[in-house]
Formats: sequence, C-alpha cells, structure tokens
Amino acid sequence: MVALARAEPTALDSTGASLTVENVSHAFDIDGAVLPVLDDVSFEARPGEFVALLGPSGCGKSTLLRLVAGLEPPRSGVLREDGNAIIGPFPSRVVVFQDPTLFPWRTVWHNVALGLEAQGILKAQRHRVDAAIELVGLSAFRNAYPHQLSGGMAQRVSLARALVNDPKILVLDEPLGKLDSLTRIAMQTEILSLWQRTGFTALLVTHDVEEAVFLANRVIVFSDRPARIKADIAVDRPYPRHRGDPYLADLRRNILGLLGLDATW
Amino acid sequence: MSTYSASKTVAIAQSAEEGAALSGRSLSLPVSFPSGGIGVFASLAWLAFGVSCLWWPDIGDWPRTSAIAAAAFVLSGIIFVATVAGSRLGRFDAGLQRRAPWLLALALFLTLWEVATAKFAWLPLPFFPPPQSIIEVYTDDLPKLLDSVLASVKLQLGGYAIGAAVGFLTGVSIGWSRGVGYWVHPVLRFIGPLPATAWLPIAFFTFPSSWSASTFLIALATGFPVTVLTWSGVASVSNAYYDVARTLGAKPSFLVLKVAIPAALPHVFVGLFMGLGSSFAVLVVAEMIGVKAGLGWYLQWAQGWAAYANMYAALIVMSLLCSGAITLLFRARDHLLVWQKGVVKW
Ligand SMILES: Nc1ncnc2c1ncn2[C@@H]1O[C@H](COP(=O)(O)OP(=O)(O)OP(=O)(O)O)[C@@H](O)[C@H]1O
Ligand SMILES: [Mg+2]
Repeated sequence: MVALARAEPTALDSTGASLTVENVSHAFDIDGAVLPVLDDVSFEARPGEFVALLGPSGCGKSTLLRLVAGLEPPRSGVLREDGNAIIGPFPSRVVVFQDPTLFPWRTVWHNVALGLEAQGILKAQRHRVDAAIELVGLSAFRNAYPHQLSGGMAQRVSLARALVNDPKILVLDEPLGKLDSLTRIAMQTEILSLWQRTGFTALLVTHDVEEAVFLANRVIVFSDRPARIKADIAVDRPYPRHRGDPYLADLRRNILGLLGLDATW
Repeated sequence: MSTYSASKTVAIAQSAEEGAALSGRSLSLPVSFPSGGIGVFASLAWLAFGVSCLWWPDIGDWPRTSAIAAAAFVLSGIIFVATVAGSRLGRFDAGLQRRAPWLLALALFLTLWEVATAKFAWLPLPFFPPPQSIIEVYTDDLPKLLDSVLASVKLQLGGYAIGAAVGFLTGVSIGWSRGVGYWVHPVLRFIGPLPATAWLPIAFFTFPSSWSASTFLIALATGFPVTVLTWSGVASVSNAYYDVARTLGAKPSFLVLKVAIPAALPHVFVGLFMGLGSSFAVLVVAEMIGVKAGLGWYLQWAQGWAAYANMYAALIVMSLLCSGAITLLFRARDHLLVWQKGVVKW
C-alpha cells in the first residue's frame, strides 16, 4: 500500500451511506473450471466519500460493483451498507452500468422514470424526472427513443436514471468511457458538483487515471485477476481541483507505475 | 433517362417509383398533361372495360352487364377528372396517383376477363363466370352472404381472441418460471406440432356444439405459435435489463409486466401473425365440415349447387376479410411497437 486513506473532509453535508467490503472473494464457474475473480478484497468508504477503482481490464472491477449492488452474493466475505449486510439490490444503491442499457421501448423520460415507477412513487414525484433530465441537459430529447440518441447522450440518460433515485451510494462503472473528451470533461465537472451538492457516497470504476485523481478522495488500485488491492491512495487535495495541478500529475505517474505503465512516463 | 420529352413523360412507367419520378419531373416541364399520365391511361382502360361489356352481345343471360358497364364509365370519369384536376384535390389526388398503375392493371384484367368469358367463352363457361355474374351474386344473394360473413367473423374472432390470450399467458409463464416450463414444455412439444385440423373429428363429437368445437380448434391453431414465440421472446430478454430494473427497486411483478413483456412484444407479434394464418385455415375447414354457417359453409354449399359465381364471390369476400384482419394486426403492431421504427427494418 502506497498510502493509507486518512480522514479528510468530504462532500459538504453528507447524506451518503458508508460502504464496507470485508474479506470479499468471488469466483465464476466457466466450463467446470473455477475462475477466481476477487481475492480477499477489503476496504471501507466513509459516508460521502468519493472512491475511484482502477485496475487492468478483466480483473474483476465490474464484478465487485455487482456485489455492491446486491445483484449477486459474494462466494465469501460480507459487504455492508451503513453496517447492514447487503443481501439484495435496493434503490439506495444505484448503478450506472458500463453499457447504458436503456430500455429501447421507453422514451428518455420513461427510462429516467423507471426507478420511481418501480418503487411506485412516480405519480407524486414526476418533477424529479424532469429535474434529472434537465440536469444532464437532455430536456429537448425527453420524448426521444434510445435509438435516436448518440452514445454519449444514452450514457447521460443512464446517469439521470440513476440520479433521480437520490441514491445514498452511487456506483459508476466507467460511465464516461464512451464520451468524447470534451463531453467527458463537462460530465466530470457535472458529477463532481452533483456529488458535492447531494453528498452521496460514490464508487467509480474508470480506466482513466487522470479522471480518477481529478474526481476522487481516494484511489484504490487492483492487481490483475484475481483482483487484490494493490494500493489505496488518498488524493489529498481540496475541491475545486485544477487539472494541471502538479500534485495530481505526480500521483497519476505513481498510479500508472502501479499499473505497470511507468515505461511510458 | 437523360432527355426529357412530353412523350416520355406520358409513357407508361415500368415501375411505381419510376412513375412517381416521372410525374415529379414533368411538373417542371411545360407539358400538356398536368400530372400523372398513368391516370389518363387508367381512365381510358376503365372506359375500354365498359365498352367491352356493351360492344359484343353476351353469350349467356346476365342481367347486370349494362350495370357494370355504367359503373366502369363512372369510374373512368372520376379518374379522368381527378387526374386533370391534379393537385387541387390534395390528398385524394396523391392517393390516386399512387394507385393509378394498379387501377390501370385492374381494368385491363377485367376487360380481358370479360371478353374471355361473357363474350367469346375462351374459358369454359360454368367454371369461369364473367364479372357481371359475380356482381349479381353480391346484389341478389346479399343476405345469405352477409349472414355467412357475420358467422365467420364471430367464430374467428372468438377463437382467435381466446387462443391469443391463452397462448400469450402460457408463453409468458413458461418463459418466466422454470416450474411451469418443466410441466408445459413437454406437453407443448407433444401436442403443438399437430395440425389443429387433425383434432377435428374428435373435437366435433366431444364438444357440446360444433360451434364450441370450432372455437376450440381455432384457439388451438392460434395458441401454439403465440405460445412458442412469446416464450422464446421472454426467454431471450437480456439479463442486463433485469439487472437495471432490480437495482432500481423493481419487484418481480414489475420485471414481468414492465421488462419481460415489452421486450418480448416483437416476438409476440410474429406469433400473432402466424396464428392468424393457421387459424384461417382451421376456420374454413371447420365451417365446411361441421358448422352449418360461415363463408366456408357457403363455399361448400355453392359447390354443391355448381354455383361457381357464388364461390368466386365468397372467395373474394374471404380474401378481403383475411387481408383486412392482417392489416388490422399490422396497425396494432405499428402502434404498440413505434419504438422499433429505426431499430429494425419493418
Ligand atoms: N457472469 C459471468 N460468468 C463467468 N465469468 C464472468 C462473469 N462475469 C465476469 N466474468 C469474468 O470475470 C472476470 C472479471 O470480469 P469484470 O467484468 O469484473 O472485469 P472488469 O474489471 O470490469 O473489466 P473491464 O475493465 O474490462 O470492464 C472476467 O475474466 C470475466 O471473464
Ligand atoms: Mg467492467
């Protein structure tokens, strides 16, 4: 471990939940063979903390997020939200998946309304849907169908679909991976200000080291599969951050080194 | 087509697109015909049909000959006026323009048919009745024909609705629940592929009435394809959709009603179309053999009396009804699956 995370001020008035991952291991059965994916992963995210997860492709990041979401139980270990073991999905933990997976038969508005509708509170809360669509800047497309959107727009809709539920823990699986670099920068700023305003706990998987150090309080670096925590690095820098900050550039170089890419720097 | 000339503009277009392109181009040319040369030809063809009815004497006794000639003249006049008036008639004109080639072809066909049957008997007569004798069926045997139509529609609608509903519910259940699938799947495998008409003899003496037996058979013919396709539709819904819905707090009922079913709907419609086709076949056979009403029975009856004109008349009505039903189903699909426009080719 390069540096241990220290207590530091996070989002302003935190409404987020804490997330505890205790000795979690997971594996898949492929053709009778066991494929270990997570190996004794433990960490804790404090309420309102922004944690970025980095690791080589295929190491098990998305799998970990599925466990956090409660879509699958881990083979061993426990995950807790505010101290309570996670035993299934719950709308306080919302995931923005790697693919936008919008429902093609629903318009943008109805896609965003999905969570409220599923929880049976849509009738009273319609304004929240409008607000969420407004937030991602797609008001003009509220009646469009997913196939009429660009990849980046679809990804923004899926972000709105998550945010409308006011999650305590927002799980982001490379939500900006498909965006062009300009939209990506704009969306990073947007996510950051959302996080500061609402104070959810954020768990972000990304391949972009610069994005990780720009957004997160903490960066956790995973090893190759089966994923073990290689480093847990505090990004000790106040917000708003500056992209050209030499401290962040240094950190980025360190992390790239951990990922085995130091030769390029 | 690089040179433009009036004669080219009026020349019969090889295809509808070409016709449209030609009439579009001709607008910009100072030609004598305002638009749609084909419209004029269609009008002439209907005129020719009318004339062909009157020119030669009928070789049989058909009271409606002059009536259909008059109708042809009226139609010819309407087409001519509409073509000349052109765009002033707005949508009506556009519709006419689109159909002009078909109107032309239809008139030519009728003329040929008229001449080949009523005038020179090139086709053997009782088996190939002329147009006027079919029209005669519609005017003189209308009550019986209407009764038959009504009986057929009632039987078909009832059986189809039951079969579609049961098939849909069964399909969703076996697609969703392993337990239901375990029991229903083998039954479906065993019974489904049997043509529904094979049940006919059994159905007619086990059911209390021939009407209920036929309803059952039509429902069976509809239900099998609807079940299989609904099932495969539900089974092929991507897990990613369920994951999304579950993380957003969806309960199982929501997953079925708002995820599985909408996602499976395109498949369901394929099943509904297939069911419609096979249930028509069962309807006609059931009416011929068991139910003493309906168009199938009318056909049978007409054959018994060697009333060939009535058979053709009934066949035409039947095909109109079937294609009407298919059109309705297409409308319903287009309405429910607007979201597919642009995702797949219709
Ligand atoms: N449902 C599954 N069944 C079997 N194996 C799986 C399943 N899901 C993931 N895996 C395997 O688990 C490993 C980790 O997958 P995961 O999707 O978590 O990777 P990742 O770290 O998110 O990669 P990327 O950064 O490319 O998205 C992969 O080797 C994959 O083959
Ligand atoms: Mg992944």
